[in-house]
Amino acid sequence: MADARYRTGDSVRVRKAAPLGHVRTPFYIRGHAGVVERVCGAFPNPEELAQQRDGLPAQPLYRVRFRQKDVWPGYRGSAADVIEIEIFQHWIEE
Amino acid sequence: MIERSHHDMGGQKAGKVKRTEHAYDDWELRVDAMMMLLVGVVGGSKRMTVDELRKNIESLPPADYDKLGYYDRWVISLTQTMIQRGVITTDELARKLADVEKRGRR
Amino acid sequence: MKDSGRYEPYSYFQLMEVSLRELLVEKGVVTEDAIAGAMAAMRARGPERGAAMVAHAWLDPAYKARMLANGTAAAEELGFEVPGLRLIVVENAPDTHNVIVCTLCSCYPRMLLGMPPEWYKSRPYRSRVVREPRKVLGEFGLKVAAKVRIRVHDSNADMRYMVLPMRPAGTDGWSEERLASLVTRDSLIGVAVPVLPKKPKTRKS
Repeated sequence: MADARYRTGDSVRVRKAAPLGHVRTPFYIRGHAGVVERVCGAFPNPEELAQQRDGLPAQPLYRVRFRQKDVWPGYRGSAADVIEIEIFQHWIEE
Repeated sequence: MIERSHHDMGGQKAGKVKRTEHAYDDWELRVDAMMMLLVGVVGGSKRMTVDELRKNIESLPPADYDKLGYYDRWVISLTQTMIQRGVITTDELARKLADVEKRGRR
Repeated sequence: MKDSGRYEPYSYFQLMEVSLRELLVEKGVVTEDAIAGAMAAMRARGPERGAAMVAHAWLDPAYKARMLANGTAAAEELGFEVPGLRLIVVENAPDTHNVIVCTLCSCYPRMLLGMPPEWYKSRPYRSRVVREPRKVLGEFGLKVAAKVRIRVHDSNADMRYMVLPMRPAGTDGWSEERLASLVTRDSLIGVAVPVLPKKPKTRKS
């Protein structure tokens, strides 16, 4: 299993990339910065599992919290509104 | 636009949510059951991962993705996965489809 | 499968289902019994398990704390078999409302809530609730005050989510079973909150 590089409270940014294949990092969150809400554990990489490979070593998975007003231009809600998504370690900018 | 895959729709514009409920037909539950067995969640002989199912659904042409029912997409993708995995062959499927159609009843 | 005796043309997809199933059974990959068993289990499942967990948490603060720390263990503690489920329970509060979505497909805690509703899997919900949650919740008839923070959870990877709604006022002394009856599937997804059933109007004589 790959080592967990980040901890709850760390500021992280999602990589901006548009690769092919099966990807579980939604397009709308790529390039955005948020804060690690919790470390979920490590899981086989779904990008690899989708291609009939074993997805190992397991990749650390984080729940990352983003402010909605940072993600959506012209967001019309409370400034405190957030969106929380699971981001695999390899999608976090080093 | 190919950079954002068609299924990756978070944040896209769309109409009002239609609060439809759906009573599942038997054939749909059978598709669901086969998937659960084949990914090994509920016993069964693990032959695939749910990730492969998702990848195949995501590969459907956008118009089909939008137009087809949920289990229509699943049964196509599940069958594709079984061909990819070598559990069945295209030829076996072709012959079986013709045979079932000839028999003509559920 | 028992023949229903009806003779109707198959759709291409129904044809595919029968064909795939027959091939898999012939090859010994699945059995008809196993399929029937899995079908029966999903047909029978509604949101009762999720509702039971919520009602138990409302009455037992220590259980609630355990549930918020490890949702899967909390489900198993009540005797629910939840193979492969990695559950996170998120708590509503006077200043916070939670709502769940899977923008990429339709991930849902089926073992606790049953089959997901059609709208949860639809384009409008998946597209819009992450971007304009208040508006979408309004379309469900749920008004969330401007000063309440909304947390949207996109279940895009291995975790699954369930909302722990706030216990409604006016339920003092209620049994766990009675409390559970207030907890709807929609309140566990976050597009509704539990409400007391309307009192029948009494006629003034």
